[in-house]
Amino acid sequence: MQLNELTISQAHEGLKKKDFSSVELTKACLEQIKKTDDKIKAFITVTEDIALQQAKVADKAGDFSNPLTGIPHAPKDVFCTKDIRSTGASKILDNYIPPYSATAVEKLNELRGVILGKVNCDEFAMGGSGENSGYFVTKNPWDLERVPGGSCSGSAAAVASDMCLYSLGTDTGGSIRQPAGFCGITGLKVTYGRVSRYGVMAMASSLDTIGTFAKNVEDAAIILKHIAGRDKNDSTTPEVKVDDYSAEMKKSIKGLKIGLPKEYFIDGMDPEVKDLVYKAVKKLEELGAKVVDISLPYTAKAVAVYYIICPSEVSSNLARYDGIRYGMSEESDKLIDIYQNTRSKYLGAEAKRRIMIGTYALSAGYYDAYYKKGMQVRTLVRNDFKQAFDKVDIMVTPTSPTPAFKIGENANDPLKMYLADVFTVPASLAGICGISIPAGFSNNLPVGLQILGKPFAESTILRAAYNYQQATEWHKKKPL
Amino acid sequence: MALSKKDVEHIALLARLGLTEAEKEKFAQQLSSILEYVEQLKEVNTDGVEPTAQVTGLENVMRADEMAVRPKAEMEKLIKMAPESEDNLIKTRSVFE
Repeated sequence: MQLNELTISQAHEGLKKKDFSSVELTKACLEQIKKTDDKIKAFITVTEDIALQQAKVADKAGDFSNPLTGIPHAPKDVFCTKDIRSTGASKILDNYIPPYSATAVEKLNELRGVILGKVNCDEFAMGGSGENSGYFVTKNPWDLERVPGGSCSGSAAAVASDMCLYSLGTDTGGSIRQPAGFCGITGLKVTYGRVSRYGVMAMASSLDTIGTFAKNVEDAAIILKHIAGRDKNDSTTPEVKVDDYSAEMKKSIKGLKIGLPKEYFIDGMDPEVKDLVYKAVKKLEELGAKVVDISLPYTAKAVAVYYIICPSEVSSNLARYDGIRYGMSEESDKLIDIYQNTRSKYLGAEAKRRIMIGTYALSAGYYDAYYKKGMQVRTLVRNDFKQAFDKVDIMVTPTSPTPAFKIGENANDPLKMYLADVFTVPASLAGICGISIPAGFSNNLPVGLQILGKPFAESTILRAAYNYQQATEWHKKKPL
Repeated sequence: MALSKKDVEHIALLARLGLTEAEKEKFAQQLSSILEYVEQLKEVNTDGVEPTAQVTGLENVMRADEMAVRPKAEMEKLIKMAPESEDNLIKTRSVFE
């Protein structure tokens, strides 16, 4: 096995025992990037010199007691990384070099992690396929004519093709879970507020979460332990204890109550996806869990709620990209022209669409009918989950209605693209945690299983996911 | 809700987005269909339902009213990022004409 094909756990063992060095591990990843990224196009910026320098520092210190020390990773380009170009996959930040790092990145830096570069995504995290990147379209390593999913297209593709051992991403409406499902890897969306959003380019401030792409649940648990927790720079991180996820996940799932929400198993969904999810549920029952039928009646309204609330918050968060303080700028004598010309030239179509929907929904005369209404129905969606979680510990659903679709298939129909988020969006509105793990293949394309948990119950969903991965082999399969 | 070209122009002005004629037409169509889709929420009874603005339940998370001293090098980096600056200040066009 090549060094870049290792999991974090395996690499950690090797580094501790001095079987190999962080420099060797990093070189293996850089080699893989050189070999495959021409085809996959996951990276916007590769930081070869910085990565080798960081690896040398980790080797020199020689202390590999922490599992993330010396481990190469590549954050989504919406994370600010000090002195490393950070574009948000938008041309408007083409020249932006942050003077600071996001908290989550800084925590990994303090552990002497190694940054290989920054990976591609939909522009400012807006999209469900990767096709909205201001740079290029990342391909799915399982089928180069298909999307890897979005918005964390590069993260999923890079981890799935062993270009890095893990990647930090963001999940606002499904942006970690869906690409993890499409690319056959483990994607964790945390409870809103579990991980600091400081230094991450904001999209929808009441929905954005920071999460992880890893090769398995064991690795996901390791990363989470080190990035979770209260941050004084992000006042939406409550003071909630960070569990020892690696220990908690190994406990048994005997007696664990699993809810199957009937609204997620509808007619017209891909029968193979449905079948694989039912098989996975059977496996969890074999491991001791109990299935309970539940209903989340407002599921069908969730996408509409999301596509009012999200664009509204986007219109506010993207107002800062105005060519005045940083980023690209179009010169003009009049201020209004600087704004309009800069934004029109450098922002992509999806960004403009969402800004406009949001501006409309928040404008005088429409706020009550759209944004306020959206917030009220959000309460109803949230209540669905609260009530159901009185009866069950976790919920299991498909991650997406279908496996990865072809590049270009949905690109001309924004609404169709939005509807593909139907299974991931409700959990985002409720602010709960969720994980997508590989559950099989349909026509040689990965199919993801989504496990949802109560707020701050990451231990429980990791436990269910870990137990499933101990009893199955899907997560070990790699694209050729 | 069908948006006219004038509606799109109004929204674009509020959002400080300069749109081409082709974009105005394309967006009028796409935005109309998206808005039509989200209108279904009108049918949902929300009498007495509190709006959810945020899910943490946190209120008034405060910090001490103290000025933190940042390194001069950092401030210089920040000022340099702006397209135009003068005397350690970011320079822009006049706001009021």
